[in-house]
Amino acid sequence: MASVPSPEVLRAPLVVEFPFTRSLGPVQSAFLTGLRERTVLGVRTGDGRTLVPPVEYDPVTAEEIRDLVEVAATGTVTTWAWNHAPRRGQPLDTPFAWVLVRLDGADTALLHALDVPGPDAVRTGMRVRVRWAGERVGAITDIACFEAYEGEAAEAGPAPHTGAFDDPVTGIVAAARLDYTYSPGRAQSAYINALSDRRTVGERCPSCRKVYVPPRGACPTCGVATVERVEVGPRGTVTTYCIVNIKAKNLDIEVPYVYAHIALDGADLALHARIAGIPCDQVRMGLRVEPVWTEGGRYPDHYRPTGEPDADYDTYKELV
Amino acid sequence: MAPHERRPVTVVAFGQSDHRRTTDEVSEVEMLMPVLHEVLAATGLKTSDIGFTCSGSSDYLAGRAFSFTMALDGVGAWPPISESHVEMDGAWALYEAWVKLQTGEADTALVYSYGKSSPGSVRDVLTRQLDPYYVAPLWPDSVALAALQAQALIDAGETDEPALAGVATRSRTAAATNPHAQLRGAVARGEYAVRPLRTGDCPPVGDGAAAVILAAGERARELCERPAWIRGIDHRIEAHGLGVRDLTDSPSTRLAAERAGVFERPVDTAELHAPFTSQEVVLRKALRLADDVTVNPSGGALAANPMMAAGLIRIGEAAARIHRGASDRAVAHATSGPCLQQNLVALLEGETRG
Repeated sequence: MASVPSPEVLRAPLVVEFPFTRSLGPVQSAFLTGLRERTVLGVRTGDGRTLVPPVEYDPVTAEEIRDLVEVAATGTVTTWAWNHAPRRGQPLDTPFAWVLVRLDGADTALLHALDVPGPDAVRTGMRVRVRWAGERVGAITDIACFEAYEGEAAEAGPAPHTGAFDDPVTGIVAAARLDYTYSPGRAQSAYINALSDRRTVGERCPSCRKVYVPPRGACPTCGVATVERVEVGPRGTVTTYCIVNIKAKNLDIEVPYVYAHIALDGADLALHARIAGIPCDQVRMGLRVEPVWTEGGRYPDHYRPTGEPDADYDTYKELV
Repeated sequence: MAPHERRPVTVVAFGQSDHRRTTDEVSEVEMLMPVLHEVLAATGLKTSDIGFTCSGSSDYLAGRAFSFTMALDGVGAWPPISESHVEMDGAWALYEAWVKLQTGEADTALVYSYGKSSPGSVRDVLTRQLDPYYVAPLWPDSVALAALQAQALIDAGETDEPALAGVATRSRTAAATNPHAQLRGAVARGEYAVRPLRTGDCPPVGDGAAAVILAAGERARELCERPAWIRGIDHRIEAHGLGVRDLTDSPSTRLAAERAGVFERPVDTAELHAPFTSQEVVLRKALRLADDVTVNPSGGALAANPMMAAGLIRIGEAAARIHRGASDRAVAHATSGPCLQQNLVALLEGETRG
């Protein structure tokens, strides 16, 4: 086994963002549109309970439910938790209480934030009311938060509501962002580090002796760890290819170009790369190629013909 | 299916990684590989001998789509194998494997799961499993939701902060003898994370992997001296809306336990997947555990809670106690989702020793 000092752990930021567009059904549409209009709607179940926030199917019976009712914007805390260090995206950026609030007229509770000065100012059973957001768009965040409210619960029960509003909200955009620090692990770090020296390394399986590149630390055929590092290339053989005629977004390569699988010398798995320096219609299986690096490039920009005679089909047929 | 119609299935081997806060130096498959090798070595099986393979993991932890495919290199997925994956804790992968063995199409199964929480912020990542319309836009993190449940329990008079601290101390003291645990020995109660939960009431965030091998019928006796028979296994889910549920109870756990046969006779051991101290209070009640039951002798999720593996580890720890004769009848529990939303219960037994 080649004795290679353990490379330092590689790290890079990885941001995953996704603005999911979600459509709303009749009940959710009415509820979120209602919030925009400062109206809180619930839904009545077959056995007479009022669910707020409303859902389209009874969580107990799975019966479809559509009977909307209006409940009060005041309610009672059923449980709470003091959040002294608000996190990104949460309703308030000052310390607040998470609360489940049963609005007057409802039988279930809604999760939201309660704006109070400290944990001593909140208790289960305390009376609260909605603080509406200044700008409302038809989203749960149209409730900015809850705030303390001294009044008693209204006597009147929930009132039937058609759920009809002008310009109903029919969808939401659920934006989300998660931040990661990506580390590629031992085998892939070795591969990336070698590339910075313009070398390509793979790993040999101790069982079947095949050399995998890029290495992932395991042989997918034998299911055993691979550790023996093997330098492959730099030259290789085109095993198969295609001619790309459609320009990809954000890619400044002129079409048409050739995209190929290349079996680097000594590797038992083909890599993919672009072929240049030869007319597209002259690229062929068996063509011998070598990498071309650009200044500062972290991987070969493309491969070009070496001028050697073509490789015999038998030498690469297992890799096609 | 009535119990008498079931094919007897056992856990014959269990392995887990050392769970650690960060494992930057290895990829997921590199972290998993020694664990796979451990269970294969324990049974003498090769990957090509395994009838069915099932895994549990999460793309949201990895920050990558189809991330489980990377781990397939570790089980020798060429030539093609009979394989499946759940985007859940490995306990549910084990359930799928158990069902597969019930069909008679396989006699052995390899179940593994893994999760690296260290690359991201797991409190934020887990918000993405919540209702996307009414809840996720508020980004309530996993500790906050558990704290709401803890306060509900305190209000109901079912526990108090000193009692919760006692759960933490007992768990982490037990973990002193668990070489794989991330936190070992007594740990300070700490400051409030989200009141009423202190840092000592919360699980460590870390990376880890686990694997078990299941075998049906006579294969079990060939592969393990004292196999852990799965006498019953069931999983149940509760309403998505937190405000619809009674957070002080876990009817889904109770029903799963009933269907698994847990209440037919007393158990001597319980491995509970209770990432927060307050959740152990709920689970003890739901599972009707007597005071003399040994609860989480491994330290439980308070000592190591690798996401997607911690539930499978509960089954593995219970099975391992049976393997070494420390238990005859054990209940293992796994959970997923906020405030014990989804619960799986498995009943494991060792054969009577002569």
